[in-house]
This record gives sequence, C-alpha cells and structure tokens, in this order.
Amino acid sequence: MAIVRGPSLVERFEGLPIIVVFFLLLGLFMYTAPQVFLQPFIYTTFLSTLPPLMLLAVGLTFVIGAGEIDLSFPAIISFSGFVFAVLFKEYDLGWLAVIAGFASGVLVGFINGIIIAKIGIPSFIATLGTQFFWFGMATVLSGGKSYALRGVDQSSVWQWIVGRPFEASETVWVTQLPMQAFWTALIVIFLWMIMRRHRFGEHVLFIGDSNDVSRVLGIDVDREKIKIFTLMGALAAIAAIMLTLENKNFFGNQGQGYLLTAIASVLIGGTSIFGGRATVIGTAFGSAIILMIEPALVATGLTGAWVRTVQGLVFLMSIIFYLYVEEPQRRGAFFVRLGVFGRFGRGQAADDRGRPAPHSADTPPLS
Amino acid sequence: MAELAQTEAARAADFASIVRLERVQKFFGPIQALRDIDIEIGRNETVGLIGDNGAGKSTLIKVMTGVLAPTSGRIFIRDKEIRLSDYSVRMAHDLSIETVYQDRSLADKQPLWRNFFVGRQITNRLGFIDIKREKQLADQILKEAIGFRGEGITVDSTVANLSGGERQGIAIGRAMHYNADLIILDEPTVALAVAEVRKVLDFVRRIKEAGRACIYIEHNLAHVHEVADRLVVLDRGRIVAEILPKDMSVIDLTEFLIQLQHSHE
Repeated sequence: MAIVRGPSLVERFEGLPIIVVFFLLLGLFMYTAPQVFLQPFIYTTFLSTLPPLMLLAVGLTFVIGAGEIDLSFPAIISFSGFVFAVLFKEYDLGWLAVIAGFASGVLVGFINGIIIAKIGIPSFIATLGTQFFWFGMATVLSGGKSYALRGVDQSSVWQWIVGRPFEASETVWVTQLPMQAFWTALIVIFLWMIMRRHRFGEHVLFIGDSNDVSRVLGIDVDREKIKIFTLMGALAAIAAIMLTLENKNFFGNQGQGYLLTAIASVLIGGTSIFGGRATVIGTAFGSAIILMIEPALVATGLTGAWVRTVQGLVFLMSIIFYLYVEEPQRRGAFFVRLGVFGRFGRGQAADDRGRPAPHSADTPPLS
Repeated sequence: MAELAQTEAARAADFASIVRLERVQKFFGPIQALRDIDIEIGRNETVGLIGDNGAGKSTLIKVMTGVLAPTSGRIFIRDKEIRLSDYSVRMAHDLSIETVYQDRSLADKQPLWRNFFVGRQITNRLGFIDIKREKQLADQILKEAIGFRGEGITVDSTVANLSGGERQGIAIGRAMHYNADLIILDEPTVALAVAEVRKVLDFVRRIKEAGRACIYIEHNLAHVHEVADRLVVLDRGRIVAEILPKDMSVIDLTEFLIQLQHSHE
C-alpha cells in the first residue's frame, strides 16, 4: 500500500510534455534555420496565420474531449465565410455582415448538435454529412465565385478584427502585430478557464469519460453535446471571418487543409482520442507546432512536399507517446482495435475491458 | 452537528415511506419491462431486490431514480406524489435519493474531487467551480465518511487507480455525504474479492445505522440475505414474492428461485 497513487507530474502540470517539445523544436529550428527563426518576422507572421487554426483546434478540444468528433468545420469556414463576404461586399452591411456570418456558424453547429444528441446519429457520420451539405450550399450560393474584398482594410470591421493597431510604431516588427492574435488569445484563455474551472468543462470531460456515468450523475448529456457542437460552429465562424478578412478575399475552398491540421493539433496537445481528458493549453502549443513545421522544413532546404509527411509523423509519435505515458490500461486495447476512429461517436460500443456496453437510457435494457 | 440532528428529527415526523410506486408500467416499444409494480420502501429499511437477469431490477431502479420515465403509474416520494414529467435524476438528488451503480457511478479518468461534486458543483454565479473548497470538502469525505487514511489515495487520485471495493466505498461515501435518505446499490459486490465484499457489506450496514433506507440489488443471495430486512423477488417485470430473511434460509431461498425458473420451462 506504499504506492502513492496521486497524479503524475504530467497530470499535474497541464500540457507539460507538449510545452517541452515545443521549446525543443523551436531550439532545433533556431539552430537549423537561424536566418528564419532568429528573426522577429516569422513570429509576427505566425501571429496572423495561427489564429484560425488555434481557434478551430481549441473548439475541437471540447468536441474530442467529450468523445465526439466534428468533421464539418471546414465546411462552416466556407459557408460562414461566404455569408460574411456576400453581405459585406454585395450588400455593404459592415458589422451586420460580421454578426450574420457568426450567427450562421452558430446555427450550423447547433444543427450538428441536434442531429447528434437528439436524433442520435454518431458524430463521425453526422458531421461527415453536414460537411458535404454546407460545403455544397456555399458552392451553390456563391456560384463557385470568389469574392475579392478590395479596400476592406479601410473599414472599421477590418481594423478591429484583423487590423494592425501599432502601425505607427518605429520598430518594424511591432507595426506588424495583428489584432486577431489578441482576440484569439482572449478567447483561448477564456475557454481554457471554462475547461478547467467551469461546470461546462467538467461536464465535457465526464461525458467523454462515459455517457452513461454522466447521465447517472445528473448531467444533461444531450444538452451539453448540443452546446459543444454549437461552440465549435461559433469558433469556426470566427475563424472564417478572420481568414476572409486577413486574405481580403473569400474563396470556397478556404477551409480545406484545416481538417487534419486541427485534429492533429488537438491530439498532439495531449487530449485523449478516447475522450475524458482534454487540455486547451496543450492544444494551443500543438497548433503552434503544426504551423511551425512548414516554414522550418522549407527554411532547412526540404521541399514543401515534406510538410505533410513530417506533420503526420509528429502526430503519430505524440499519440503513441500519450497512450503509453497516460493511459497504460488502454495500450493493449488500442493495438487490438487499431481503428483510431472506432471509439468516436457515442463511445458506447464496448467499455474499456471489452465487456458488452452498459445500455444507455434510451435503448431497451436487459434487466 | 446540532443543526443536522434537528433536521433529522424534523424528517422523522413527516413521512412513513421514502418511496412508493403504484401500478407502474414500463414499455420499451412493444416489450413490457415492468408490469403492475407496487412497492413501498420504509424510511429506515434495507430492502433486497433479487431476480434473474432480465427480471427488470435495473429498469425498476432507473424508474425510481428518474433516469427513465415510467410509461404509466404513480410515484410517491416521502408520501407526496411526483409529477412524472418533472421527475429527473437531478430532482431525485434534490429529494435525497442517491444511486450507486455497479460500475457506472464514477468517471474513470477524472480525479476523486470532481467525481464527488459533478452534477452539483460548488460554483459562483457564473458557473465557475470553487476548486479549493471542493477539494477541501472531498478530503473531509474521504477521511471521515469513508475512512480512507494513509492508503495512498488523495482527492487528486483518478478513479482508474482504485480497487473495486474502494470505488464502491467512494460512491457510497458520496451518497452518505449528500444526506441521502434512500441509497440504491446496484450489484455493488460484483467482481470483488472476498475482503472487498466485506467492506461493501459494512458500508451497507452503516447506511441502516445512520437511519436511512437502502435498496440493495444483488445476485449473490448470501450477501443480500445477510444485510436485508426484506427481500423482494422480481420475475419478468413482476413482483412475485416478498420474503423476510428470518423466515427463509439462504438454501431455501435459492431453491425457491430455481423453482421459479423451472416454472417458465
């Protein structure tokens, strides 16, 4: 009985392994590509390109933490981006266009939540479907066109959301500090507190641990799931608006490429693929690593074609690392199953030890 | 403590049975899981609920605790009728009814302190949890109500690191902490070693000593015979017998249940 069964160092210090890896990689890149990584400009560029990825990944941290998955957010980026762009450009609605774009993302997320929680379709399938639907809607409504927002940087919308507030500064890199980094930092810190300290964050983790236990403990699982997907939709809409404004252009495919990078950011960060454990801090650092790999490889002399390969490698290594360090009891089961996505969705197929699933409240129990 | 004693005294006066069901039916589509259930649980009674797999034991307690709504029938708690449309797990908690499910009472990856308070967190007005206070109280429950000391278990331990008996202890301790008037145990001794089973049975006795009621669902007839005041036998969704342990030995009880099985064939 002398074994101390308190939390390990990794459990006590949120995101510790990924923070260490982040700084090791940063050091490595500074060594291999000093001409890029010892200059301030790469970092100011990061501050303008990282926010959409980080917002998506943080939203997805809640989704995956609850044992679900959302594949529809790239389509939300297209759809909400379109709603915003068309209202802003064709109808000249200014801030109303921002509100409408945001509301469209919230609505799509809410519909996802209803389909998953109330109708009971596994999230993997449900969001695969809605991904096609909303991407299709965006293409149909925009007629496949892109919208160039020329002169948008004169508007208060642009100034406030993605402007450069310190343009008057004498130091060149300070003039390039973008507003979206500030908003993203605020949102991420707020959501970090929600995950760690708020009732909602606790419910997310318990739902990810087990839907059945959560119901028994009095958590309204359906309602919380709807909230989770609505939050994801809202964050995807914010990312869409930032992306459209930063590029000064809307195009239908602008969300593509975020699906795998966002999922990778979450899992590299240390959120469990099985749900029940989630870290917003880890995700923030995870998304920074994913984004950093590209310029690092290019600057080191490797071609851009290597980027995905290395991202995939980092992704797999980190999943295996977390599996071994934090969930020894899962190890065996994982290699037997070897289908990473097998546990997504309602997560009730079978419990950890392979016994048949305890019946959920809405299916006929045996006894 | 004086305050607590007073409320206990007040409670003593105002009800005879903690829970009473009248003609409760439950259908899952065309399948009838519960038929004409009439059952009453006295305020300081330990009732053993026995029956074969599929007899409807779990469905019955799920209906009693607001997890499932009955198809029809009436539910009385402390002699007052409950509106079935309002009844939920949360309401059952508010009415001091707690359930300890065999392996569904605690979330594995979460620390003990979160497991103690989830569903009724101590929060400020914005819903942010008072972590310091929750941990402090959890530590008290752990040491005083459950009696875990120097066993390497802290409020930060995750449930996955506990033994089966320890988990039942935590879940029962949590129920006691919330001053539950009725604690429902769903096969708490399944898959436990003998020494662990002893601990759990002691927890069950503690419930009775604390003046509370308990419904104890158990497959192992010897265990339930040992601690229950009254045994209720369920078969195919019906209550088919009520037995006092003093009137029937474990062997006769076993024989009775086997006969019941044979009568279906």
